[in-house]
Amino acid sequence: MSLPEAAVPPHRALGLTDAEYDLIVEKLGRTPNAVELSMFSLMWSEHCAYKHSKRLLGQLPTEGPHLLLGPGENAGAVDVGDGLAIAFKVESHNHPSAVEPFQGAATGVGGILRDVFAVGARPIAVLDSLRFGEPDSERSRYLLEHAVAGIGHYGNSIGVPTVGGEIYFEPAYEQNCLVNAMALGIADHDRLIRAAAAGPGNVLILFGARTGRDGIGGASVLASAELGEGDADKRPTVQIGDPFAEKKLLECSLELLDRELLVSLQDLGAAGLTSSSSEMASKGGLGLDIHCDRVPLREADMEPFEIMVSESQERMLCVVEPDRVDEVIAVCEKWETTATAIGEVTDSGRLRVLSGGAVVGDMPVLALVDECPLYDLEPAKPTAPLYPPAPRTLRARDDDAAAILPELLASSNIASRLPVFEQYDCVVQSRTVRRPDEADAAVLLLPATRSAPGARGAIAVSIDGSGRRVAADPYRGTMEAVYECAANLACTGAEPLGLTNCLNFGNPEKPHIAWQLTESVRGMAEACRALDVPVVGGNVSLYNEGPDGPIYPTPVVGMVGRLPDAARAGRLGFAREGDAIALVGPFQPSLPGSELAKLRGEPLPDGLPELDATALRTALTAVRTAVREGRVRSAHDLAEGGFAVALAESCLAGGHGARVAFHGVETDARLVELLFGEGAGGFLVSGSREALLELGETLPSTIVGEVGGETIELAHDGGTISWPLEELRAARDGGLAERIAIVV
Amino acid sequence: MRFGVVRFPGSCDEVDAQLACERVTDATILWHGDRDLQGVDAVVIPGGFSYGDYLRPGAIARFSPVMESVIAFAREGGIVFGICNGFQVLCEAGLLPGALLTNASLRFVCRQVDVVVEDTATAFTNACREGGRGTRLSIPVKHTTGRWYAPPELLDQVESGGQVLLRYAPGQNPNGSLADVAGVRNEAGNVFGLMPHPEHAVDPLTGSVDGLTLFASIRDHVTAHVAA
Amino acid sequence: MMTRVRVLVRPKAGILDPQGQAVERALPALGFAGVANVHVGRLIELDVDDPAQLPEMCRKLLVNPLIEDYEIVDADVAPAR
Repeated sequence: MSLPEAAVPPHRALGLTDAEYDLIVEKLGRTPNAVELSMFSLMWSEHCAYKHSKRLLGQLPTEGPHLLLGPGENAGAVDVGDGLAIAFKVESHNHPSAVEPFQGAATGVGGILRDVFAVGARPIAVLDSLRFGEPDSERSRYLLEHAVAGIGHYGNSIGVPTVGGEIYFEPAYEQNCLVNAMALGIADHDRLIRAAAAGPGNVLILFGARTGRDGIGGASVLASAELGEGDADKRPTVQIGDPFAEKKLLECSLELLDRELLVSLQDLGAAGLTSSSSEMASKGGLGLDIHCDRVPLREADMEPFEIMVSESQERMLCVVEPDRVDEVIAVCEKWETTATAIGEVTDSGRLRVLSGGAVVGDMPVLALVDECPLYDLEPAKPTAPLYPPAPRTLRARDDDAAAILPELLASSNIASRLPVFEQYDCVVQSRTVRRPDEADAAVLLLPATRSAPGARGAIAVSIDGSGRRVAADPYRGTMEAVYECAANLACTGAEPLGLTNCLNFGNPEKPHIAWQLTESVRGMAEACRALDVPVVGGNVSLYNEGPDGPIYPTPVVGMVGRLPDAARAGRLGFAREGDAIALVGPFQPSLPGSELAKLRGEPLPDGLPELDATALRTALTAVRTAVREGRVRSAHDLAEGGFAVALAESCLAGGHGARVAFHGVETDARLVELLFGEGAGGFLVSGSREALLELGETLPSTIVGEVGGETIELAHDGGTISWPLEELRAARDGGLAERIAIVV
Repeated sequence: MRFGVVRFPGSCDEVDAQLACERVTDATILWHGDRDLQGVDAVVIPGGFSYGDYLRPGAIARFSPVMESVIAFAREGGIVFGICNGFQVLCEAGLLPGALLTNASLRFVCRQVDVVVEDTATAFTNACREGGRGTRLSIPVKHTTGRWYAPPELLDQVESGGQVLLRYAPGQNPNGSLADVAGVRNEAGNVFGLMPHPEHAVDPLTGSVDGLTLFASIRDHVTAHVAA
Repeated sequence: MMTRVRVLVRPKAGILDPQGQAVERALPALGFAGVANVHVGRLIELDVDDPAQLPEMCRKLLVNPLIEDYEIVDADVAPAR
C-alpha cells in the first residue's frame, strides 16, 4: 500500500491538520492505515465536511410549505402541484474547470445531473453560472471557449436542455474561474427517493462506468487548496466525462425506480465510493461492508485506497433487497450498464473495506461522516480595499449619456449572451416556453394536469449573483442577488417556491474572507425570510484564490417558481406600438458599484444603499400578479446598466423603439445617474396606459414614455438623444461575439 | 396510419418526435435491438447521439438490428424520415446522398431558422401545397455536425433531380452547408433527411407550429397512397 | 498472432476543413511562423488477426469515403489511398 511520498507527514500531504489527525487516532483508538487515512482525509476535507461553513449555514431558512426534500439529500425538491415535484440543486466545479475547462465543466454538468436523478427525478433543465477574467485576456477566452464547449458537450449529448444562465467577466476571476451548474428534474412525489441505506442484510450494488484512477485525491487536493503555480501537473487527476454512459445510467436508474427495485440510491461524485457509501450509511444509522476487490476496474492494478477514493464519473450506488438483485442486474444489462454487488448493509455502525477477504479498513461511520471538527470563523472587516479598481475602459465622457449607452451595451457583462447560449440545446424535451433572451427567467411547461386537463402550468427558473456588488457589500449584495432572482421570476409571472445556492468564496481561514462569508450568509438568510423562500440545498466552494488574491465573493442563487398559465408567461420584449412604458418599484438608482462605474475605472464603494424588504416584496407581488393576469405585455427587471440598458433590451427583444422623457433633471451627471444607476426593486413594464396607471396604485410607478419607432428617443431638459435601434443592436450583438472568436 | 420512432441508446429527441407524430396520428417507439418494425407505416429516425456518436455521427447506428429492417423497408418504398442525427444515420447508411461535416463555426449551434420549401409535391412537404414552392417554415436547428456536403458530380445529380426539399433561407445557413441545403430526399422520393428539428416546432407554447406540416404531409401521403 | 496497425483518417483534399484552418490561424498567433496546409484528422489504433481485411473495415465503418481519405500504416498492407 502506497501513500504519496512527501517530506511532510502523510496526513498533512492529504490536507489534514495535526490536531485533526490526532482526533482521527482517538476516534479509531489506533493509528489509521493508508486506506483509512485517505478516506478520512476526503471526508474531513472542506469539500465534504463543510467544516468552515456548516455553522454559518444553519442560519438559512430550510422550511416552507412547498418543501419536499431539504438540505442533506442529493438534491432538494419542492411541490409544484398536482402531485408533481421539481428537484433541483446547484454545484460548483471551479477548480477542475480552472485546470481543464472542457472536462471540468462537462463533469460538473454530469455530476449535478446525477444528483437530480439520484432522488428519482428525470432531469429537465440545466443552467450555468460562469465567471471569468476579462475577455481581452487570452487565458479567459480559452477558459470560456472550453468551459462552454464542455457544458454543451455534456448537456446537448444527454438530451437535457440548457435553458439559461449567466456569465460575468471581472479581473478578480482571472486565475480562478467559476463554473457553477444547476440542474432541475421532475418526478411524482411518491417517486422521490432518499439516499439513506436501510435494512441490514440488503445488498449494495455499484452500477455504471468502471472505476479508474480519475480524480484521485480530487476532493482533498484539488478542491480544498488554493491553486498555485504548476497546476498543469494536476491535469491527470481531472475526471473525464462520458455523456453517453450517463444517458444510459440515467435511463437505467429511472427504470429501476419505476419498477420499485431500489431501497435507496446515491450518486458518486467528489470522493467517489468513500463519500457515497459512508453518507448512505450515516443517513440510515447503519454500517456497510464493501468488498473493494469486486469493484469493476479500468486498470487492474489499483490499490484499495485508490478504488475507494477514485472519482471516475457516471457511477451510482444503490441498496437492494437480496431477492431483487437479479432483476436489478437484468435492467442494467438492458441499458448496457455494468452492475456489481460490492457489499452489504450491516448493523455495525462501521464502514469496513475488504479486499481478498481481509479487512483493509474499518472505521466508525459516525466519525467519518459526522465528527469532523467544525471551525468557527474569525471574521474581520478589511480595513483597506481588497480589490484594485479595473483600469478605465470607457471612451465616452463621464456625463455623455448618448455615448455611454452603446458602450455599455457592448461591454462584456451586458453584451448579448447568444454567442454562448446558441452553443446549448435549449429546446430538447419540448418544454421550453421561454428561451434565453426572451424573458428574465427560463419558463418550462409542466405536464397537463390530471386534475384540470388542458390547463398548462409551468415553472420558471433563474440563476443570479453579482460578485462585484457582493464585494462592495457582502450583506446587501447577497440580498440583492436573492431579490434579483425573485424579480426575474416575477417578470414571467412565477411565484418562488425554493432556492438553491452555491457559495463561492476565497480562503475562509483569512479574516476578511470569513467576514465576506459571514455577512453574505446573513444577507441571504434575511432575504430568504423576507420572501418566505426556503433554501432546499446547495454547495460551498471555498479557497477560490489565485496568486493575485481572492475572487470576488460570489454567492450564486438559483430559484424555482411556479406560474399557473404557461400561455401568459411574461416576456421582456416590448410587444405593441403605442403601449405605455412605466418604471415601477422602489428603485433608487446609484452609480457606485455599477457597470458604468466599473467601465469608468472607479473603485468599489464601501457598502451599497439600504434595501426596503417590505417595499421590494410588494413590488415583486404586484409585478407577478400583473403578468399573470395579462395586464402588462412585457416585464423586465432593472439590473446591470440600470434603466437605459433595460429599456434598450426590451426594445431589441421586441423589435420596437421607444420614446421616453426625463424632465426636471438638473445636470448631465444626474441624468447619467438616473439612466445607468443600479439598485434593487426596479421593473420596466409596458402595456395599456390604464393598466399601468392601475399598477401604479399599489407601488411607486412612473409612466416614462411609449413604445414605437425605429429608435430610442430620450427627451430631457437639455435636449433629445436619439439612438437608432440598429446601432444599439450591433453594439449589443457584437460585444461578446467579436471577443470570443474560436480559440484552439 | 402509425409512425414508428427508432430509439437508440443515446437518442435524445425520440420522445419529442413521438409526441409530434401523435399530434397528427399514432406513433410507437422501435427499440434499436429489435428487427421487428411492428407493421408501422412510416419510420422516423430521431435526433440525438446514437451510440454516443463516437467515430462519426451515425456510423455505428446504421449497423444496428433495427436499421437492417429500416433499410429493407426503405428499399421496398417505405417512408423513412431522418431528423438531425437521423439524417446523419441515413447518409451513413447510403439511403440518402452526401455526408454531414462539422459546422463551419466548429461549434454546436441551436437557433431558430427559416427554411424554404423547394418542392411541395412530395411525401414530406405536400401539406405546404397551398403556399407552394418558396413557402418558409420556422424551425430550430441544433447540431455540431450539420454541414451537408456532396462532391461536385453528386451535387449536380441531387440538384438536377430536384432532391433538395429544404434550403436555409438566404443569410440564415447556420452551418455552412453546400448550396444552403437543409434537407434532401433520395431519388425514389420515399426517404428524406433534414438537419432542422420539425418535432420542436409543433406547439405555439414552445415556439412555432411550422414543423407540424412535415408530419402532416407524411400522414396524408401514407393515408392516400400506401394504406389505401 | 495479432498485428498492431494504425489507420490515419484525414479530410479529403479540397473539402473545407475548419478545424485545420483554426489551427493554421492559431499557430502564427502563438508565434510559430511558417505553418501551412494544416489538416486535422484522427488516428485509429487496433490489433487485428488479418491485416488484409483492413481496407474493407475502413470502407465499411472506419472511414466515410465520401469525405475522408485513409492510410494504413505499421502493417503489411498496401496503403489504399
